[in-house]
Amino acid sequence: MTIEFDNNQPIYLQIMNYLKGEIITGKLKPGDKIPSVRELATELQINPNTVQRTFQELEREEIVETRRGMGRYVTGREETIMKIKREMAQDILDRFVRGMQELGFQSEEIVKAVADNIAAKESRGV
Amino acid sequence: MDSILQVQQVSKKYGFKQALNQVSFELGAGKIVGLLGSNGSGKSTIMKLIAGLLRPGSGSISVLGLPVGEASKALVSFMPDRPLTEKWMKVGDALKFMEDFYADFDRIKARRMLEFMKLSEKERVTSLSKGMSERLQLTLALSRKARLYMLDEPIGGVDPVARTKILNALMEFYEEDSTILLSTHLVSDIERIFDEVIFIKEGEIVLHSDAEKLRLQRGISIDELFKEVYAEC
Repeated sequence: MTIEFDNNQPIYLQIMNYLKGEIITGKLKPGDKIPSVRELATELQINPNTVQRTFQELEREEIVETRRGMGRYVTGREETIMKIKREMAQDILDRFVRGMQELGFQSEEIVKAVADNIAAKESRGV
Repeated sequence: MDSILQVQQVSKKYGFKQALNQVSFELGAGKIVGLLGSNGSGKSTIMKLIAGLLRPGSGSISVLGLPVGEASKALVSFMPDRPLTEKWMKVGDALKFMEDFYADFDRIKARRMLEFMKLSEKERVTSLSKGMSERLQLTLALSRKARLYMLDEPIGGVDPVARTKILNALMEFYEEDSTILLSTHLVSDIERIFDEVIFIKEGEIVLHSDAEKLRLQRGISIDELFKEVYAEC
């Protein structure tokens, strides 16, 4: 596991997003055990308290579950995983639309640009 | 949060030079705290005062409620910026020396750390490279079962590979209920391991904050903030 950290952003948020990404893309599957605080801290060379914070947040969002004495596991609930997928998609969309607006594109032009891009990719069979 | 260390309004002069001026801060249990400042800002002086190697001109310092003295020294493991070992020693002698000196020295942990650090007990301490020597000093300091570890510039003057090894060892062998106060002027390589950072400048504390909170609030790294604060020097 490697994360390219950006020291300008809180580290625990970056680990959260990384783990969410792993879950959405299926690299971590529902019911999979996730590494312990210690393992992750050593592997990523960061403070165990920071990893702890990441896990607390993931528990709060019900993305991981703690089974007493057994460790932490990715939630088995599909709707939770769908929810984070939608949230991350929303994030990407927000950033994209804002970027396009800043470049001076109008709403219809942005919609068309997306449609054209997808059409072009499909015709190339990507 | 249990308080491990309390420093209250500590001042220290070397002759006419004011090394520390009204320094106050408190450290909780289970934290890794970066003591950040340029050379000559007072980092080593603070550590030596906490370790009981120097006396403050005024103010008070206590470790787990005990004023600095014999009892507090048993709770504090200090890695100074110069090696504690003697020239005649081999690595194994250094371990033995520490074991004789400190009742809380954990020989098993020390052996595990040596192995991790790829250090042999048969090597002479004088033949060690700078990076290897730092690894040995860190091994000696972390092998005590202390409540507060103070590491003075553990990554100063070693190359990036050795630095990574030292950071790995810190994460691997750190006891989570103890506190580490680590001084450095090399911030970017190490800032991700800090819970809190203390900025010290010309003998005064200019900032003491949670590291993640700083990133969240300011949107910049500790390293960048460090450069901003010390830019006027």
